[in-house]
Amino acid sequence: MTVAVRQWPAEGVARVPYWVYSDRDLFADEQARVFRGPTWNFLCLEAELPKPNTYRTSAVGAMPVVVTRDNDGKLSAFENRCAHRGSLLCINERGEARDIVCVYHNWSYDLAGNLTAVAFRKGMGGKGGMPADARPDENPPRKLRVETLCGLVFGTLDSNTPPLEAYLGPEIVKGIRRVMRAPVRVLGGYSQMLASNWKLYMENVKDSYHASLLHTFFTTFRLNRLTQKGGLVISETGGNHISYSFAADTGGKEYEKAGMRAAQEGFGLEAPEVLAHVDEYGDGIGLQILSVFPTFVLQQTRNSLAVRRLVTHGLEKTELVWTIFGFTDDDEAMTERRMRQANLIGPAGYISMEDGAAPGFVQRAVNSASDVLSVVEMGGRGITSDDTRVTEAAVRGFWTFYRAQMGF
Amino acid sequence: MPKSGDRFSEKHALGLDPKNHAPTKISAMDVETTFKVQDLLARYIQALDHDRLEDWPDFFTDSCRYLVTTADNLAQGMPIGMIYATSRAMLRDRVRSLRDANVYEAQRYRHMIAPPVIERGEGGIVRAQTSFMVVRIMHTGETMMFVTGRYDDRILLDDADTPRFVEKTVVLDSRQIDTLLAIPI
Repeated sequence: MTVAVRQWPAEGVARVPYWVYSDRDLFADEQARVFRGPTWNFLCLEAELPKPNTYRTSAVGAMPVVVTRDNDGKLSAFENRCAHRGSLLCINERGEARDIVCVYHNWSYDLAGNLTAVAFRKGMGGKGGMPADARPDENPPRKLRVETLCGLVFGTLDSNTPPLEAYLGPEIVKGIRRVMRAPVRVLGGYSQMLASNWKLYMENVKDSYHASLLHTFFTTFRLNRLTQKGGLVISETGGNHISYSFAADTGGKEYEKAGMRAAQEGFGLEAPEVLAHVDEYGDGIGLQILSVFPTFVLQQTRNSLAVRRLVTHGLEKTELVWTIFGFTDDDEAMTERRMRQANLIGPAGYISMEDGAAPGFVQRAVNSASDVLSVVEMGGRGITSDDTRVTEAAVRGFWTFYRAQMGF
Repeated sequence: MPKSGDRFSEKHALGLDPKNHAPTKISAMDVETTFKVQDLLARYIQALDHDRLEDWPDFFTDSCRYLVTTADNLAQGMPIGMIYATSRAMLRDRVRSLRDANVYEAQRYRHMIAPPVIERGEGGIVRAQTSFMVVRIMHTGETMMFVTGRYDDRILLDDADTPRFVEKTVVLDSRQIDTLLAIPI
């Protein structure tokens, strides 16, 4: 792909050129400019590192990362790459450790990612070993700056990244604080391998317009209210967003009635208890999808709560990692509710199932149309917040922030 | 049902005492039980593989429990998986959603199962653990190893009625699913 082709269309973010999903060079540039650039990348939940002297692996784009909690409870994150020959330092997803020892040649690091020992550095019996002037930590694993918000752990590799809350913007911070209302208990996890570019999934998340059109579960079973109020909030930068709607019912009874009435017509759910929920936030909001550029999603679908992050394995290979959670103060009934409502999300989710496939549908179609543009004009051409979800403003916000990172 | 505290533990999910996996003597009664269980499993996977999804809920009792989860979730004592139903009605809802609501590309499965390891319980309940592999065949012809794992089943073997699953925990070996999981396992 030549630089000339990388001219963004004159229409601005109301158009997206299809080469953004199929250009190999661009994928490499994104790793440096987006993921290792001035952005905050979600790494894991603090609850995934519940004890001192534990680690878990994560990723920033395609870069493998280790997140640790040291003896004093302090969180650190660094590249999962040995300073010596570049091997992965941690090969397990999680574990307990007082130090990190590379499996290949036993070089040791503390939990902040500092090299502390080189095996046989002085050789044996006066032979071998490293020269006296050797600097074994010349190419250390890169360290991330870590910040947390309400139990969410973010990391950045760029010293120019603004503080986390400034990066998020006040509305997004508020949206995060709302969902993360208590100490977290992790309830499960899984991942989906998507045959698409990472940006197609993030567009899907920010596309509040597709929700009632692609996902026909609610409409088919007549569970959706067209009058449901909701809206879209976009951070000033464009990169982060919240899409929300108020629950159509109050405490589940209306759904049961709707289910029974519709059942007579041969439609409603036979077992509407799958959706029975309580208003645990006390504000009537039944759905809140929140995203943070580049690849973080915080989801509240009634009482089903999850964080999602992407690992960019390749240009057209993206892993969507889900962590489903509740709170430590949940009683057994709440856990059961969260279990049932988890039927809505994930690879087999009544709602989320299609989101795994739709980005692949686009990828397969546009690979041979790199010089063609997609039209993103629902709700106008701007990136402002709105009280309707029939808009693509958050998608345009994504591209606004993306272009700023990429320099085109 | 086991106590709620241990219902997701690895020990319960296995459903079987590991020492019973060793070779053992087989009585004539065991032979009959084994055949009944194997027949139920064979018909179950055939219904799924032959796109008879409407028959799938009938392999379960009314108040059944069906969970698709991962070995890792179970090992960590975490209750949430990918599909969860607590009644046959919920299974019927899932079939109707797959038929009428959800959008996914045409696909089929081919299940292969190993002979089950069986342990008799009380009240006509038999526990069976069965390894499986599922190959997914897309409408394009693309054929892939989709998932592997084990069924941890509690089966009601009542002479008066057809054998049915009281509880079926589908424990996937991997936490990673290619694109989506539409058809049940």
